[in-house]
Amino acid sequence: MSVVDVRELTKVFRVPEREAGLRASMRALFRRRHREVRAVDGISFAIDSGEVVGFLGPNGAGKTTTLKMLSGLLFPTAGEARVLGFVPSRRERNFLRQITLVMGNRNQLQWDLPALDSFELNRAIYRVGHEDFRRLRDELIELLDVGDLVRKPVRNLSLGERMKVEIVGSLVHRPQVLFLDEPTIGLDVTMQKRIRTFIAEYNRRYEATVLLTSHYMADVEALCRRVVMIHQGRIRFDGPLARLGEQFAGYKTIEVALADGGADLSRYGDVLEREGDRVKLRVEKAETSRVAALLLSEQEVIDLTIEDPPIEDVIELVFAEAAE
Amino acid sequence: MSAVPLARQNPVRAMADFYLTTMRTQVQTQFQYRAATYMYLVGMVAEPVIYLVVWTTIAKQQGGFIQGISVGEFAAYYIVWTLVRNMNIVFTPYGWEWRIREGELSAALLRPLHPIHYDIAQFAGGKLIWVVLYLPIAAALALIFDPVLSVTALEACVFFVAIWGAYLIRTMLLWLLGMVTFWTTRGSAIFETYIMAELLLSGRLVPLPLMPDWSQTLAGFLPFQWAFYFPIQTLVGELSAAELVGGLGMQVLWIAVGSFLVWVCFRASVSRYTAVGN
Repeated sequence: MSVVDVRELTKVFRVPEREAGLRASMRALFRRRHREVRAVDGISFAIDSGEVVGFLGPNGAGKTTTLKMLSGLLFPTAGEARVLGFVPSRRERNFLRQITLVMGNRNQLQWDLPALDSFELNRAIYRVGHEDFRRLRDELIELLDVGDLVRKPVRNLSLGERMKVEIVGSLVHRPQVLFLDEPTIGLDVTMQKRIRTFIAEYNRRYEATVLLTSHYMADVEALCRRVVMIHQGRIRFDGPLARLGEQFAGYKTIEVALADGGADLSRYGDVLEREGDRVKLRVEKAETSRVAALLLSEQEVIDLTIEDPPIEDVIELVFAEAAE
Repeated sequence: MSAVPLARQNPVRAMADFYLTTMRTQVQTQFQYRAATYMYLVGMVAEPVIYLVVWTTIAKQQGGFIQGISVGEFAAYYIVWTLVRNMNIVFTPYGWEWRIREGELSAALLRPLHPIHYDIAQFAGGKLIWVVLYLPIAAALALIFDPVLSVTALEACVFFVAIWGAYLIRTMLLWLLGMVTFWTTRGSAIFETYIMAELLLSGRLVPLPLMPDWSQTLAGFLPFQWAFYFPIQTLVGELSAAELVGGLGMQVLWIAVGSFLVWVCFRASVSRYTAVGN
């Protein structure tokens, strides 16, 4: 059964607009101009219970607007959304108790107090019993290894530390649906990895459904088997991450290590990189086997690997295609 | 860990728990900034002291009374005024602009609780500290200005209830004003107009009997006096038991009207919320 069910969801913002300068400013006093921005334009998708789905798109694609509609912050202009059977925009308490929206650049904890006090406040807000709360809080603290951070005032924590305690605070009511909007933004690689591991573990233990946006492909590759790609408010791809390359990238890369590092390989394909005796080539997908065989027979090859293009490159391709 | 559903507290107990926990959290926050809070309170005394000095000076020039109010009664009025003012400090439209811009409102809307509960509980927690800190200031003002004040047990009890009534009335009024921010990004401009009306029609600037008859009549139809003048009068004035109870009744009425309007307006407002940029 679908936990998240979105049909033809649309959000149009009406934004004021004027030229720069004093004259335009005076004119705007009498005649205001507005422009309609279709941030989300008739998108449809469904997410099953326990799925972790990557929601990808460039800045301004409509990702955050969609998450805000799914969490009940924004009213849709048209279309329909259901999360756990609830209509999010009605903001029913039983719905809000079962979801969380974590935004990587937002602080929802009490700034001047240790995070433990904010957790306690969230316990009261979400009506969690004391015993359940203590058990869950301690487990989350242990999972994210923040035991030494939760007693410091939040204002004294670094960005990464704050993000970790922020995540604990967002989960002390044990939501079934997690909307994560760039939860690893601005964090170092170690911290990103820790948060990824945590999300995967939370999903496994509680069979929670996760919709994740991130600009870090490492997040997506580590957590999501399925991705939904949105661009200019419309869905461009919805399917397994593994199929993305197959569908959109008509090429593969061949990396060869040669005995004669200086050999010219341009007749085999596009030379993407050359570093010492290693050369990276881009070849058409259908030609991959033939080119690899030619390289092996015509060159003194020490090592040869064939790879799908990096996911970042594929995504770039999808968006470039959509923009055209 | 397991996916067994969490036990939820029953609604009434949960609400009491929420209020107590939020108030406790706010008390802790206030403790973080003890000195700043105190300086803020001292600064707040400037307004009533100015009124007090002006009116006592005028009263002395007129033989010790203005329209039957003595110098000592003026002193009592403005010292109690300061306590009432402390109590009816609430979340203002300036705060609304800030919390929308900073994304605080988004966080509040994600909670399974009407955001007004958080505001009420949070400011109520702060008041516990402010009032305690204010008492020495009140004592100092009493020594300097020599107020005339005689309080019965009933008046003290009604005062205690009335200052919380005043707090709730002003919370509702400023919430209604704050929600204008959903329609315009500069709702605080309207707040300035509101303050002017409140100054004149609440007993904040001068005791209401000193105002012209027409403005006293107008004040009778508006909620402002129930957030200022009435709670002050419960201690300072010579109100009968019926007037005291009637006053509390008027406070309840305005709280009910305010709550209803907040409920209606909030439903209309959140549907306009754009949460852009946060």
